[in-house]
Amino acid sequence: MTGPKPSVDRLGRLLNLVPYLLARPGILVAEAAADQGVSEKQLREDLELLWVCGLPGYGPGDLIDMALDGDRVTISHDAGIDRPLKLTQDEALALVVALRMLAETPGTGTRDVIERALAKIENAAGDLADAPVAVKLPANAEKLDRVRAAVEGGHALRMTYYTAARDETTERVVDPMRVVMVDGRAYMEAWCRRVEAVRMFRVDRIDAFAELDEPSAPPPAAVPQDVTAGVFRPTADLPLVTLRVGRHSRWITEYYPVEDVRRNGPGEEWVVTMRVTDLGWAQRLLLGLGPDVTVVGPPELLDRIRAQAAAALDQYSSPAG
Amino acid sequence: MSRTRTERLVNLVICLLSTRRFLTAAQIAATVPGYEHDPEDPRDHEAFQRKFERDKAELRELGVPLETGTASVFDQEPGYRIAHREYALPDIILEPDEAAAVGIAARLWQHAGLAAAASSGLAKLRAAGVEVDPQATLGVEPVVTVDPAFGPLTNAARDRRAVTFSYRVPEVDDAATRRLEPWGVVCWRGRWYVVGHDRDRDATRCFRLSRIVGNVRPVGRPGAFTPPSQVDLISHVSGWDGRTPWTGQASVVAKPGKAAGLRRWAVETLPGPEGDKLTLPYADAERLAATIAGYGPDVRVEGPPEVREAVIQLLKEVMTRHDGVVAA
Repeated sequence: MTGPKPSVDRLGRLLNLVPYLLARPGILVAEAAADQGVSEKQLREDLELLWVCGLPGYGPGDLIDMALDGDRVTISHDAGIDRPLKLTQDEALALVVALRMLAETPGTGTRDVIERALAKIENAAGDLADAPVAVKLPANAEKLDRVRAAVEGGHALRMTYYTAARDETTERVVDPMRVVMVDGRAYMEAWCRRVEAVRMFRVDRIDAFAELDEPSAPPPAAVPQDVTAGVFRPTADLPLVTLRVGRHSRWITEYYPVEDVRRNGPGEEWVVTMRVTDLGWAQRLLLGLGPDVTVVGPPELLDRIRAQAAAALDQYSSPAG
Repeated sequence: MSRTRTERLVNLVICLLSTRRFLTAAQIAATVPGYEHDPEDPRDHEAFQRKFERDKAELRELGVPLETGTASVFDQEPGYRIAHREYALPDIILEPDEAAAVGIAARLWQHAGLAAAASSGLAKLRAAGVEVDPQATLGVEPVVTVDPAFGPLTNAARDRRAVTFSYRVPEVDDAATRRLEPWGVVCWRGRWYVVGHDRDRDATRCFRLSRIVGNVRPVGRPGAFTPPSQVDLISHVSGWDGRTPWTGQASVVAKPGKAAGLRRWAVETLPGPEGDKLTLPYADAERLAATIAGYGPDVRVEGPPEVREAVIQLLKEVMTRHDGVVAA
């Protein structure tokens, strides 16, 4: 699953370079280098090497021949490497799975194009395209479609958004940047004028929105975040919550990012520490987990859990309740 | 790789592509520059053989289909050639929008999993004459990430080879060794699963890739099993996911301005003296009770009894559980 070893890297590039140039007579060396992801100097070295390779006999008519006209290059004899190598198993898998993922993504508005591309790649990959991988992404396609269209419209949005961390619904104006799917959920990344920062907004929590007349204008400081490691990445300034977790609530360690999980002696309890954006969110989670989780810290959360549970029970103690 | 070695390998590929007859190692040595040696000198000959073996391995690693065979029935020694048909990427003509979609797809891997394979695959398509607009974007782009077990499991499923791995479920204290005939890998609701025949349970099972601990090891030989024909991998995972329809309706009272999370979920909201009366659809009383209990005194359940009792039960258990706990 790793890329080719550096040693094979250059050979693969060279075998690819001949048909690449053959398909683009007179291409700028600089452009070809940029396309291949190498420096212009490296590309010129590659060309020099190819120049002395060719068919057995290795005479003038046998060697790879090319015209290097200043900044431009044209292959005039390919010595038989007129096509790129077929896709390897991993290459076919990478492209086919990503296209299936893309085709499954709701709201792209171009599903037919993606499926045509997929069919052609599968055809080119032959047997290798039969990847034993199936993809199903869920989402509210209709809503995502509307949000995507609004983001593509290039206007700022006024929206009603539910923030689960604080359990509040707020109105805010945002400058949309992009829509992404991470771990099966759709998010709109935008500059939020209310908090003056880039935020990832879960599309299913955008309860309403309207396009404004003004254009979406994220400030230069607003750059897309790297979300490959997940959307919520706890930072060290967030409150640290420590829990003793019984067997049947251990799922929370898979569902939420946790800092640490330790077995608590010989029993079945785990000691779990996690960072939370808001203690109120922790309270809502923990009251619902019932008998299986004990709050160990911070003391503020422990007090809060006791007080809230007692006050909630009081509501049911009167006969009228 | 040294320049001379690269040069030798390019010439070897060109030579083997141009020949119809299988060429023996000796014939190759006599033709391709860089293999010159004295076949009569055992040490020199041995050095050549090692060099040639390394080169063949290098080509195979790159995916060059080296064919072996003999030139005629009279030949004892194996020869080599590369069939152009096996070597070359078939013709592929993509419309600009299709090429853009492939370019975007290749980018989805970002730094994860098959990123290197995706970009080398794309480079081959470019070499086949496909023009990919690097600026193209789609309205929505998925971020593709895979667990480390993805590669070994897809390979095993393709090769129809059984695997064994260590699997840890949170509810169980220790990881258990599982033996599986993998039929395929599924991405469902953003998580990866493998579906197949569990040899120990003698039944169809799904495993979450993120719960696999350590390496996935192939066992036995390829082609050891046949997956059921027309197997719908998704349905195995989605069925396992266990979703029930939302048929229940609960009635709760939320204090003014509180419980925003429940309000947006309510199918009906009626203002009242103590707060707003919300009607909440639900599938599972226990799950709804967990959500409601989370709001503490801000929300009170009126009915049905199954939800009300479940909330009271949860809150009592929280009280008991925290009785006498001293904060650490």
